[in-house]
Amino acid sequence: MTQPVDLTLAQARDALHAGKISAVELTKAHLAAMEKASALNCYVATTPDQALAMAQRSDARFASKDAGPLEGIPLGIKDLYATKGVHTQACSHILDGFKPDYESTVTSHLWRDGAIMLGKLNMDEFAMGSSNETSYYGPVVSPWLPNGWTQDQARKALSGDKKGLLVPGGSSGGSAAAVAARLCLGATATDTGGSIRQPAAFTGTVGIKPTYGRCSRWGIVAFASSLDQAGPIARTVQDCAIMLRSMAGHDPRDATSFDAPVPDYEKSVGASIRGKKIGIPREYRIEGMPAEIDRLWNQGIDWLRAAGAEIVDISLPHTRTALPAYYIVAPAEASSNLARYDGVRYGLRVPGKDITDMYEQTRAKGFGKEVRRRIMIGTYVLSAGYYDAYYVRAQKIRTLIKRDFELAYANGVDAILTPATPSAAFGIGEKGSADPVEMYLNDVFTVTVNMAGLPGLAVPAGLSSGGLPLSLQLIGRPFDEETLFSIAEVIERSAGQIQLPKPWWE
Amino acid sequence: MTTQTKSSEANKPSKLIKGATGDWEIVVGMEIHAQVSSQSKLFSAASTEFGGAPNAHVSLVDAAMPGMLPVINAECVAQAIRTGLGLKAKINNRSVFDRKNYFYPDLPQGYQISQFKHPIVGEGEVVVDVTPTEQIIVGIERLHLEQDAGKSLHDQSPTDSFVDLNRSGVALMEIVSKPDIRSAEEARAYVTKLRTILRYLGTCDGNMEQGSLRADVNVSVRRPGGPLGTRCEIKNVNSIRFIGQAVDVEARRQIGILEDGGKIDQETRLFDPAKGETRSMRSKEEAHDYRYFPDPDLLPLEFDQAYVDQLASHLPELPDDKRSRFMRDYGLTGYDAGVLVMERASADYYEAVAKGRDAKLAANWVINELFGRLNKEGLDIETSPVSAQQLGAIIDLISDGTISGKIAKDLFEIVWSEGGDPLALVEARGMKQVTDTGAIEAAVEAIIAANPDKVAQAQAKPTMLGWFVGQVMKQTGGKANPQAVNDLLKAKLGI
Repeated sequence: MTQPVDLTLAQARDALHAGKISAVELTKAHLAAMEKASALNCYVATTPDQALAMAQRSDARFASKDAGPLEGIPLGIKDLYATKGVHTQACSHILDGFKPDYESTVTSHLWRDGAIMLGKLNMDEFAMGSSNETSYYGPVVSPWLPNGWTQDQARKALSGDKKGLLVPGGSSGGSAAAVAARLCLGATATDTGGSIRQPAAFTGTVGIKPTYGRCSRWGIVAFASSLDQAGPIARTVQDCAIMLRSMAGHDPRDATSFDAPVPDYEKSVGASIRGKKIGIPREYRIEGMPAEIDRLWNQGIDWLRAAGAEIVDISLPHTRTALPAYYIVAPAEASSNLARYDGVRYGLRVPGKDITDMYEQTRAKGFGKEVRRRIMIGTYVLSAGYYDAYYVRAQKIRTLIKRDFELAYANGVDAILTPATPSAAFGIGEKGSADPVEMYLNDVFTVTVNMAGLPGLAVPAGLSSGGLPLSLQLIGRPFDEETLFSIAEVIERSAGQIQLPKPWWE
Repeated sequence: MTTQTKSSEANKPSKLIKGATGDWEIVVGMEIHAQVSSQSKLFSAASTEFGGAPNAHVSLVDAAMPGMLPVINAECVAQAIRTGLGLKAKINNRSVFDRKNYFYPDLPQGYQISQFKHPIVGEGEVVVDVTPTEQIIVGIERLHLEQDAGKSLHDQSPTDSFVDLNRSGVALMEIVSKPDIRSAEEARAYVTKLRTILRYLGTCDGNMEQGSLRADVNVSVRRPGGPLGTRCEIKNVNSIRFIGQAVDVEARRQIGILEDGGKIDQETRLFDPAKGETRSMRSKEEAHDYRYFPDPDLLPLEFDQAYVDQLASHLPELPDDKRSRFMRDYGLTGYDAGVLVMERASADYYEAVAKGRDAKLAANWVINELFGRLNKEGLDIETSPVSAQQLGAIIDLISDGTISGKIAKDLFEIVWSEGGDPLALVEARGMKQVTDTGAIEAAVEAIIAANPDKVAQAQAKPTMLGWFVGQVMKQTGGKANPQAVNDLLKAKLGI
C-alpha cells in the first residue's frame, strides 16, 4: 500500500477531503520521514510542534466543512522566506539567530489556504549557487544514487565525507531534494537565474518560476530584486499548479507585484495543446552539449507534435550574451541588497575596534566565499568608471534578450521548449572549486528567462545514461503560466512517471 | 536660464569683496534639504512626527529588515510636484529612484533611495528679495525626492553609539540652485524666500531648529568676470544666519589662500558657528563612490499631465503674486507688501484686517504695532493675542472718530494683555474721544485763564501751541479730538 508520504499533493488533498487520512496523520508521517532523512540535510530547521498544531486546526476545519484549497497539506519552506518566529537565515552565518516578527506574503497565502509548515529548507547561501554547496549549514545530499552505486555504498558515504554523492542543484536544493525524498508534499522555492528549475531538473521533480511580479517578493530575503521570483517545486505538474494558485497574487507591499486575478491553474493541467505553436530556439543547441540532452530535446519535440502542437524553429539571437550579462546584473543588485547585513541591528556581530572594523569583521566572517565574491563583483561593476562598461551594457543586453522573446511571441509562438540544464546532476565537490564559471554554466538555459521576466517550468522528461533525471524547460508568454502547465502535463504523461529513489538513506 | 545669470552678473559691483590684490566675486550655489510635510514616510507607513521616544516611529522597512520592500507614498510625490510648480519648474512626468550606496549605522539599508539621473522636477526659478528694493532671480537646477537617514547618538554612553531611526526614511526634497548667488546677503535672502514659498505651499514647514530645512552651501570665489573658481561644499548649515556667516567666512578663507598664491582644494567642509570658521571634513579623494543604480524594488515614477494640472489648480496664491496684488489692490508700497507676504498667515491676517477698511492704515497697524509687538515678545502671528477681528475693530474706532490714534494705542495694549471687545472696552473705560466742542471749549478756557504768561509767550511764538494742546489733552484724559482742540486754541489765542 502507498505510504502517506508517497502520495502526490493532489492525491493527499483528495484523501483528506474523503476522510481517508487526517491532516495530523499525514503530518506525522512526514515528520517521521524527515527525522529518518536528517542526514540528507534538506531541512535546516524543523517545526514539528507548529506543524501538529496547524494539522489539528486543519482537521477541525475539515470537520466543520471549512477547508481551504491546501487544507492539511504539509509543505517545506525555503529558508529565504520570512516565517514569523521561526529560523529565517537564508542559510547564511550572518543572519545567525534571526527569527522575524513577520511572515512573507507567499507563506501567509499558503497558511491562509490551510497548508502546514514542516520546517525550513536548506539552500545555497542567499540563493547564490547551483549545487546547494554554499549553504552555511552544509550541502544537501540528493536522494538520487550516483551511477552504479549500491545503497550500502551510499549510506556509508552519507555518514562519512559525502564524497561522490550527488548535489540536488541549487539554490533551492533543499526544496528539490525534500520533495524528491518525500519529506514534504511540495516546497516553496525561489528562482533568480534558475534556482527552481535546475534543482527540480536534477531531482526529477517539477518546478515553475512564474512571471516576474506574479508572486509577491515581500518577506523573501532579496538576492537580485529585478530577477527574484517565488515559485513551487512539487512532484507533479498538477501539484505545482495547485501550489502556485495559492502562492500567487497581488500585494500592495511589493511595488513590482502584478495586479490581476490569479487563474485556477489546475484547470489547465490536462487541457489539449492541439494547435499550440511551440518554438525551438536554435541558439540553445550549444557547443559541447551531451548527445543525450539533444536526444531528450528531440524526444520532447516529438511528444508535443504527437499531441497536436505545431513545432517551429525560432531564433533568440542574444542568448549567448545572457549568462555574462546576468553575472553583472545579479551581483550588482546583490551587492546593494546585502549591504543591510552590517551587524548593527540583527544577526551576527563580530566586535571591532571601531565601526568600520566591526563592519569588516562581521561581513568577512558572516558571508561565505561565494557571497563575498558576488558582492565584490557587484561592487566593482557599479563603481565609478566601470558602471557604463558593465552595468549599463548588461542592462542593454537585457533589453535585447527581452526583445528576442517578444519577437518570437509576436510571431505567434505560444511557448518555447528547451533543455532545462546542460547535464544531469554532478557530484558533491566536483564543480566550481577551481573555476566558479564552471558552476555558473549550469544556468545557461535558465537565466534568459529571468532576464526577460518570463515564466519558465522544468519538467522531467527522461533519465540520463547514468540513470539520473533529465528535464525539459518550457518558457511562456508573460503571465501565461496556464499554457505551460498544459504543455508540461503532456510531457509528463508522455515520459511516464519518473520513479523517485527508494529511501536508501533511512 | 541666461536671463538669471544676466540679472545676477550685471548691476552688482557693490557685491565684490576687496582683497589685497584686487576685487573678488563670491559665487554660491545651494542644495537645500527640505523635509516634505506628510503624515508618513517616503516609502513606509511610519509616522513622520517630530520628537517621540527614540525608535518609536520605525517600520520594518525603515529598519531594513530582511525581505522588506519600499512602496512610494503618493502624498510625498504630490508635495514634490506642488513644490516644483511653486518654483515655476519643469515637472518630469517620469522619474527614477536610484540607490546611493554607503555604509553608516544610521543608514539601515546600506543605501539611500534618492533620484540621481532622472529627478521629479527640473529647471525653475525663484525671485529673491535681497532688499525691499533689490530683487534677483536664482535659477533652480532640479528638485528630487530622497530618504532621510536616522540619527547616531554618541553622547549616551562612554563606549557605545546609539542609533535612533525615527527620521530614517522620512521624505526630503533636495532643491539644487544654480550658482546664481553672489553674496552672503543674497544667500540668506534666497533661503528665506525659498522657505516662504515652501510654507505657502504647505510642502515643508521650514522649521530649521527641528532640521526640517538644512542647507549645503557651495562657495567659490573668482575675479569679476573670470572663470569659476574651485568650490568647497559646506555641509548641513542649519540656520539662515549661519548660512550668511558661512559664506562670508569661507569666501575670506579662499581669498586669503588665493592671494597668498595658493590653490583651493575641492572638499567638503563644516561650519563651526562658535569659532566662526569652516573646517575640512573630507577631500575629493576621500569622497565616497556611491555606486548609484536604479532601485530594482521600485518601478519608474510616472504620472500624467492631468494629475499635475489638477495639483496646479489647487495651489495657493504664492508670495510674489500676493505681493503684486497687495500693491495693486491696497495701494501698498513694495516694502510694506513684501513684509506682509513673508508669511502666508501674516498676509491672511492683514487681509482680514484690511477688508472694508482703510488698507494703508491697516498695513501701518499690522506692520508697526502688531509685528513690532510680536517681535518684541518673540511671538508669531498664529499665537498673536490680538486677533484680526479685534485689530479691525480698533481701526474702525479710529476711522469713525470714536477714539484718537493715541488712545487707540492704549486700547491695543489693553486688548493685547487683557483681551476683550475693543468697542465694549472703550465704552466701559470711558475712552471715547470728546468731540463735544462745549466740553473742549471749557477746558481750553480754563487753561488759558490759568496761564496768562504762557498765553503771551504763545502769541509771540506760535510753536508754544503744542504746550496748550498737551494741557488740554491731559485735562480731558486724552479723549479730546486733537483737531478740535487745535482749532479752538488757535481761535482763542488769536494765532
